[in-house]
Amino acid sequence: MANITLRVNGRAHTVNVEPSTPLLYVLRNDLGLQGPRFGCGLGQCGACTVIINGTATRSCVTPTSSVRGEITTLEGLAKDGTLHPLQKAWIDEQVPQCGFCQNGQIMTAKAMLDKNPHPTDEQIREGMSRTLCRCMTYYRIQAAIKRVAGGNV
Amino acid sequence: MNVEKILLEHSTSPSRREFLKTSGMLVVGFSAAAVAGPFAAQAGAQAARGLYPDPDFRQLDSWIVIHQDNTATFYVGKTDCGQGTGTAFRQMMSDELDISFKDTTCVMGTTDVTVDQGGSGGSDAIQVDGWPMRRVAAEARRVLLEMASQRFGVPVAALAVTDAVITVKADPSKRVTYGELIGGKRFNVALTGANIDATTGVAKVKPVQELKMVGQSPQRYDIPPKVDGSTKWAADVKVPGMVHARNVKPPFAGAKLMSIDESSVRNLPGFVKVVSKGNYVAVVCEREEQAIAAARQLKCNWQKPATAPFPASADLFTYMRGTAPKSSQTPNTLGNVDAAFTGAAKVVEAEYEIPFQGHTAISPAHALADPSNGQMTIYSNDMKSYGMRNGVATFLGIPREQVRVIWMEGPQGYGRTAADDAGFEAAYIAKELGRPVRMQWTRAEEQGWDTKGPAFTFKIRGALDAQGNMTALDYAARSCDYNHLGYNEPDTVLIAQLMGQRRAMPANGSSAFPNDMYAIPNRRTLLEVVGLPLIWETPIRTGNLRDPNGPQSTFAAESFIDEMAAAAKADPIEFRMRMLTASNADDNGFRRARSIAVLKAAAEKFGWQPRPAPNGARRNGDVLTGRGVAYTYRNQTVVAEIAEVEVNRKTGRVWVKRLVCAHDCGLIINPEGLRRTIEGGMLHSISRALYEEVAFDTEKVLSVDWASHPSLTHLDTPAQIDIVMVNGDPNPNRPDLPHYGAGETSCKPMIAAVANAIFDATGVRLRRVPFRKERVLAALNAANV
Repeated sequence: MANITLRVNGRAHTVNVEPSTPLLYVLRNDLGLQGPRFGCGLGQCGACTVIINGTATRSCVTPTSSVRGEITTLEGLAKDGTLHPLQKAWIDEQVPQCGFCQNGQIMTAKAMLDKNPHPTDEQIREGMSRTLCRCMTYYRIQAAIKRVAGGNV
Repeated sequence: MNVEKILLEHSTSPSRREFLKTSGMLVVGFSAAAVAGPFAAQAGAQAARGLYPDPDFRQLDSWIVIHQDNTATFYVGKTDCGQGTGTAFRQMMSDELDISFKDTTCVMGTTDVTVDQGGSGGSDAIQVDGWPMRRVAAEARRVLLEMASQRFGVPVAALAVTDAVITVKADPSKRVTYGELIGGKRFNVALTGANIDATTGVAKVKPVQELKMVGQSPQRYDIPPKVDGSTKWAADVKVPGMVHARNVKPPFAGAKLMSIDESSVRNLPGFVKVVSKGNYVAVVCEREEQAIAAARQLKCNWQKPATAPFPASADLFTYMRGTAPKSSQTPNTLGNVDAAFTGAAKVVEAEYEIPFQGHTAISPAHALADPSNGQMTIYSNDMKSYGMRNGVATFLGIPREQVRVIWMEGPQGYGRTAADDAGFEAAYIAKELGRPVRMQWTRAEEQGWDTKGPAFTFKIRGALDAQGNMTALDYAARSCDYNHLGYNEPDTVLIAQLMGQRRAMPANGSSAFPNDMYAIPNRRTLLEVVGLPLIWETPIRTGNLRDPNGPQSTFAAESFIDEMAAAAKADPIEFRMRMLTASNADDNGFRRARSIAVLKAAAEKFGWQPRPAPNGARRNGDVLTGRGVAYTYRNQTVVAEIAEVEVNRKTGRVWVKRLVCAHDCGLIINPEGLRRTIEGGMLHSISRALYEEVAFDTEKVLSVDWASHPSLTHLDTPAQIDIVMVNGDPNPNRPDLPHYGAGETSCKPMIAAVANAIFDATGVRLRRVPFRKERVLAALNAANV
């Protein structure tokens, strides 16, 4: 066990855990966050996605001790009580069915749009292709991303 | 202590300010109303006595509470599988009650505070359970009007009601709100009805024309908290003193546990206990990552069974064809099938195959069980929470009044949680330890051991006369579905199976009918079910995967109709329409008339130009384009779907580029919600058409993650989806237009529509699901396409 300090959504937290503990369990069980979700533990589905230094990162396969820099979770997207445009678009488009994977969809889309604010349809498909949804809401997810990319939120 | 703490924290009625703050996102789990019952203070007292009695469905108070702030909470015994049914219930009930939608909330599926409407299943929430909900809301309105009538000394007919405010028509200054009449108090009104579905008061429901919210599309109240991270899912529940459990599954099916070397984990950090009985093994640790490590490290000695538990998936269909069925039926024989074939101008024969397909939910099974105070509270996303409550009580041998299940949001498995193993496991271990236990399955465990949609083989023959009319259909379906499970029976969940509990009579399972709306004068149907050698404690166990047998049977039946149309050199829609219109017989739901209407609507929306399939003319380099149609119904919901596909001749990749769906489920409650449910259903079946198959060798499942069990991705998303809502009722404006279910029908014809489109594009008929690119490419190469 070791003391590890993480910066999450603008605040510093020190936790005492095994250094190899996947970040996901620290965020969920020690910091009480609910945005990042356990889907596979293998880095395959994307439900656990957080953004670290601007990069969409699969927290289920990220050792806590390896994290350097600011972590943003779904809870950290809204600023001063105002939802992020992606979150608004997700509501306007009524994207989720069960919604369990949508943390990964939104966080992956955020990192993608931060790098490329106006992606083509093909770039959206490619950029999102490793983030799975078993309710198959892909059509609406892509529509919501296009809303944001087109400034239509 | 924990239960009481939660109840105490949340048992008081929210103030109006608090209420408004949370309305629109009410069911946020145990932190809000999901625990607090209609009269939570009483519920808290009951909990202290250790009793979770069944809410009495014949009491109006069990269904509806009017608060002093003139808002209402509806308590219903359903669970939302992600299709927004909670929002739809609020629309239906607020209309009947005459209260503004925004002033209502809905609590679902928590066994001690909502009546047992069975949770989810069969897409019956709107079709069946919506009726008692409407009737009890209408009854509440009637009672409130009676109260106002007495207060003002005028007959009810002299009163008007809008948004929960009653006024005297002749003197609108005389007004009283629902909240003023009864806020925070009990109705104490008895209802009648032989069962919950039949629950009714004296009042009649409104005619369709008087419904205001029904037919509108208020946004789903559960979506904002799902996109800002504030939803508390079943997976998020934490209670003081909880520990984490992980299963250690047998490494091969039918294995016998010979010994456990507990010393292999005893010194690991956080180790609490190894729990084992029969062939069931779990390990418990203080922290989650510790339990994961301990489960990996625990040394168990397993003995392989003497005989193979099942054939390898590569040999499955050969096995199914060569095995004596457990059951065989020949219902609905019509005319003289043999004579029709003897006299046929043309006979077509085809066989179809569809493998086991997993539920493979986006998150593996999980639950938290809290044994505080000798009770058992299970926080679960079980779609059939009432079944789990009964099942767990029997399984643990404790009175059902001491068990409750709090339903919370979870990953949708489309039938997976009807056999909710994790809740039973958490409860068993919690009882053993006397501590709250969170059980979480792994990805490999979920895909290895979850319930599977049954595999099918089909053998179908059809006869055409000289005019190209279909004169006979000889349909034989064989499913691998023996010992089907799915209702949380205490002896069918995996933990019970591994502990050696056996049912006296395994569930027979079922095969599936073809569509019988086509007027085919001679018809024979053979429905058979086969079993695998190992029927207990097996990873190849069948359950209810979204419209349990419909996608399979409709794949075969509607592919075959297309083969008949091609043999008759007829346009596939014209051929179907001819058989739909050849009979005038209709039922009291006008299914025939509505079927004709959806097929017409789909063709029109797509811009369908009649011609026989295949069409090899539309080619763009290596990309071949085709269109395919399929039509079916589920109960009284009818649907026609058209897929346009691109098939890459060099890679075998199929892309479903465009979809059209014409859908008639009677009265629509929430059009935008319905639209998304239909989209999800169609894409789910495209995933099944193109990718999904459970692979196994003769001792274990091999498709245990998203690489070995691929699923549809963003790359496969159609470029365009058009959905046409059809009201094909002969009297579309009738005041009693029924509302039917829509959670599964759109899944049903899609595999066939894709297969038919691939045939149109390539001239190659694919009769084996899934149409992965390797299989498509092999078929194209074999046909020199």
